[in-house]
Amino acid sequence: MELKTKIKAEDGKQELTITREFDLPVELLFKAHAEPELIEQWMTNPYATAKMLKFEGRKHGGYIQESTDASGKIVFKANGTFHEFIPNRKIIRTFEMENAPIGVQLEFLQFEKITDQKSKLTTHVVYESLAVRDQLLKMPFAQGLSMAHDRMQEIMSKLK
Amino acid sequence: MNLRRDVFQAIADPTRRAIVVLVASQAMTAGAIASNFDTARPTVSKHLQILTECKLLEQEQNGREVYYNLNPKKMKEIADFIEPFRKMWDDRYNKLETIMKNYKPKK
Repeated sequence: MELKTKIKAEDGKQELTITREFDLPVELLFKAHAEPELIEQWMTNPYATAKMLKFEGRKHGGYIQESTDASGKIVFKANGTFHEFIPNRKIIRTFEMENAPIGVQLEFLQFEKITDQKSKLTTHVVYESLAVRDQLLKMPFAQGLSMAHDRMQEIMSKLK
Repeated sequence: MNLRRDVFQAIADPTRRAIVVLVASQAMTAGAIASNFDTARPTVSKHLQILTECKLLEQEQNGREVYYNLNPKKMKEIADFIEPFRKMWDDRYNKLETIMKNYKPKK
């Protein structure tokens, strides 16, 4: 199945663009980014539970989020500040992962209505440097490899 | 010149991406490729040189002509690299879509 999400990451540029069309009215798409309980729901995956420790959805507001694994260990913690928070149109925010040498990134989220029942989200992310962007792009790739490796080890240890 | 040329640099440029798309359908000579662009011939040659250096294109001698072929193995390398990142966002957004479709506004 083809993925609906598109990533544009031109080489030599310290930025990338993520685009996605949703079968949702733009109001609901925005709401999913504006209410902490909803963000927690869609950011949670089988490996990590997301929690918003702080969320002030307004200009000059900020957020702190963390994800914990099944044992309760914090696997990811991040924070940022909102520079713009215009309902159903635009969010400008910073994003900084704690205890990771990747600096702060600037994110421009643009919400667009396509029809009454369809909308589009364009996220333009600018990184501190080209090296940081490339490192971040490779992260899920590396994680995928390490997860596959862990699974393999798990299976192999059962064979002993 | 630049010794650290990799496949990601190769696809950074829109003209080079267009060349890749062209050559994907059939092997072509430099002249045939250049005829598809308004860009000056030496510029196209430079792009071909970069694409060849990073092994995205392969040269094949056929009589007096050199044909350019796409190297599918290298193409796969690019796709595989960015795919987990894209998959991560696609999973999240699919979930967002499902949650919001079931969302009952509390008015």
